Amino acid sequence: MAHATFVIIAALAVASAVGLIVKKNPIHGALFLVVNLGCVAALYLTLGAEFLAAAQVIVYAGAIMVLFVFAIMVLIPGKEETGPDPRRRWRLIALPAGALLFLQLIVIVSVVRNSAAPAAGARPSGSVEAIGRLLFTDYLFPFELTSVLLLAAMVGVMLLSRRGA
Amino acid sequence: MVDESWYVALSAVLFTLGVVGVVLRRNPLVIFMSVELMLNAANLALVAFGHRFGNAEGQTLVFFVMAVAAAEVAVGLAIIVTIFRLRRRLSVDDLSLMRW
Repeated sequence: MAHATFVIIAALAVASAVGLIVKKNPIHGALFLVVNLGCVAALYLTLGAEFLAAAQVIVYAGAIMVLFVFAIMVLIPGKEETGPDPRRRWRLIALPAGALLFLQLIVIVSVVRNSAAPAAGARPSGSVEAIGRLLFTDYLFPFELTSVLLLAAMVGVMLLSRRGA
Repeated sequence: MVDESWYVALSAVLFTLGVVGVVLRRNPLVIFMSVELMLNAANLALVAFGHRFGNAEGQTLVFFVMAVAAAEVAVGLAIIVTIFRLRRRLSVDDLSLMRW
């Protein structure tokens, strides 16, 4: 049962990722990315990370993708990629390079898998309580830094998008 | 329970697709979305590792990655919109101002 769930969700995630990089229209790409993010959220659930699954749906599939769709609507770049690509030959190098990178990653994963892996520990709790306890004790300083980062990003975006900036 | 290495393998697939998308596409918005794909693949690997080692610190790290990704998307899209406003075109081939 768990295996079937994983295979179905993983196939959906890979298919939507392929759709994102193949589709010409960026709106379609954005919708495929939403599907992909939803699949990753479901995978978090199967790993017992409930808080992250909720945060993934709210922050990524919600806020970030709305921002993307909004930017696509504002820019209307639907016609931009229809013309002939003058650097098509160079771009296609991405395929063998990607295959090489994938091969490398898979070799690393399989080597690590066959080496003496640590015994599977107790299942970590992915509840809000467990994450919150960590955030407000061990990771308090990075947590505060994150708030400063978000504030800086907010001010920077306002500065960038001002008329006549 | 599915072994964690399958999650890491799936994360490798998604990361590779993100890299291919960044190199293959011309539209900066699609390139940006491919970067999000790579960030998500890394997050998935982090959660899988945390599950293997039996502590929740991997999930805490993913939380920080999400916050940084949100900030990055806001600033990046503002830059793209500003560039589009100045040039009325949107292709990464035009943006060679800072290339050596």
